[in-house]
Amino acid sequence: MSEEPYNLSVNNAPPALSVQHLKKTYENGVVAVEEISLTVQQGDFFALLGANGAGKSTMIGVVCSLVNKSSGTIEIFGHDLDTEPHHAKASIGLVPQEFNFNIFEPVIEIVINQGGYYGIPYKVAYQRAEVLLKQLDLWGKRKEKALNLSGGMKRRLMIARALIHRPKLLILDEPTAGVDIEIRRSMWAFLSQLNHSGTTIILTTHYLEEAENFCRNIVILDQGKVIENTTMKKLLSGLQTETFILDLKEPLAHLPNTNDFKLFQRDAKTIEVELDKHRSLNVMFGFFSQHNICVMSMRNKSNRLEALFVKLIKKSKKAIR
Amino acid sequence: MSGQEIWVAFKTLFMKELLRFSRIWIQTILPPAVTMGLYFVIFGHLIGKAIGEMDGFQYIDYIVPGLIMMSVITNAYSNVVSSFFSSKMHGHIQELMISPTPHFIILLGYVAGGVARGLGVGLVVTLVSLLFTEMNIQHPFITVGIVFLTAILFSIAGLINAIYAKTFDAMNIIPVFILTPLTYLGGVFYSVNLLSPFWQQVSLFNPVLYMVNGFRYGILGVSDINPLASFAVLLIFISILFSFAIYLLNKGIGLRE
Repeated sequence: MSEEPYNLSVNNAPPALSVQHLKKTYENGVVAVEEISLTVQQGDFFALLGANGAGKSTMIGVVCSLVNKSSGTIEIFGHDLDTEPHHAKASIGLVPQEFNFNIFEPVIEIVINQGGYYGIPYKVAYQRAEVLLKQLDLWGKRKEKALNLSGGMKRRLMIARALIHRPKLLILDEPTAGVDIEIRRSMWAFLSQLNHSGTTIILTTHYLEEAENFCRNIVILDQGKVIENTTMKKLLSGLQTETFILDLKEPLAHLPNTNDFKLFQRDAKTIEVELDKHRSLNVMFGFFSQHNICVMSMRNKSNRLEALFVKLIKKSKKAIR
Repeated sequence: MSGQEIWVAFKTLFMKELLRFSRIWIQTILPPAVTMGLYFVIFGHLIGKAIGEMDGFQYIDYIVPGLIMMSVITNAYSNVVSSFFSSKMHGHIQELMISPTPHFIILLGYVAGGVARGLGVGLVVTLVSLLFTEMNIQHPFITVGIVFLTAILFSIAGLINAIYAKTFDAMNIIPVFILTPLTYLGGVFYSVNLLSPFWQQVSLFNPVLYMVNGFRYGILGVSDINPLASFAVLLIFISILFSFAIYLLNKGIGLRE
């Protein structure tokens, strides 16, 4: 049930990433990627989702030249990774899932050295590192060994390192894992701004609300295959109901009955409303007014993508059985 | 990458390696100096007096070139094997692998680091040796040429070892079971002329013999081996190992899954 992804390409510009018929079987016989074909347009904020072992990290590994593919082709901004590896690699920045810098090196050296590997002279790399580390609130820690940084700081360091050569395509593999909410918010503000300035971003995350909030197109992988490739908008439009949590002014003794939507009481002053997606919210508020129930605040119960994601994975597994 | 960018990448990797072993000089520079100092005291000064002369030189004078070469070999090798292996184990080799840095630059960067440490330690050991003996270098160009090529050769060998090693134990197998015996049996402490004809012939299959004797010729002017043969052996081995290391890096063997 895949739909055409939202197309951002202009003037027939090559896609930021084109993966065609990618297959990867490890030496021990494990098939990590059975068949993946996908295209990420320039300027996109693209979600690559899947359960553990779905093949996301393997695919990213292949794109970033960290894993040898079994077959298939990868093109980055029109440059084939096999025939023009230098051009292709120069366009990518990777924020990997695991911390993979030398923890005994000072923060600034880690960032500047990475620039050096892309041929950026020390002075230029230093200036860029200063800007990035200030933006990511790490400048004060620049002389510290990476060993002494907190988990959130280490994640931000990896972002700074990945951006030192100003890549046109940034791949974020679980960038906010283990990061507290405040830092996560500031990281997303930074990454959104980066995307708005033209950097294509591919995101894998287990925090599905992040994907829902930021990504325009989405691919869901399961067992090494693409099971969904569409726009976030179209995917979310597939939801039949939406659940809201309502905080009430007064405690509610009994839930009134209605056939217009489903009501659940969480505690005396909190209720959940499951509303058909095609019904107006006015129906719900009209009902509460009629029963003298005063609603003080309202929010979505959880991210909508999560429900769809679980549903799709279950469906895929059933089909395989 | 342009030539300028490639140069920057090489310089970055080399400086990183240089800083790495310089920062931990107590582990990398000092121990060989102490060990070789003990060799000079015990083998050269104390036991050497009893041995007398070898090839017309005081025993301590005779073993100095071999001991310097031994420290160059072991340090060039261990610098690259430990640095590259730990990069691989801790994942920061990925910083290089995702970058457009060509594979030959990755190889040259690590080798340059190994050569720097090998020669650095060799220089320190040379200074220590001057506490026990005088040194009049007979053929400076040959001396420098042999020690430089030897450091290159064993740095490349260290990188190949690191590529294949999957555990810290595997990293030490080659140095302990192959490199050390070859070095000790490579004429560091004796002239192969002291051996029976059969063992003399066997010794000719030991590449370290050519390096130690080439270096000894450069310093003392005496050698069991023709210095041209020393250069030839070094250049042949460097060519073979360099090509092999590039092949491994291109294929991603031991690096890419």
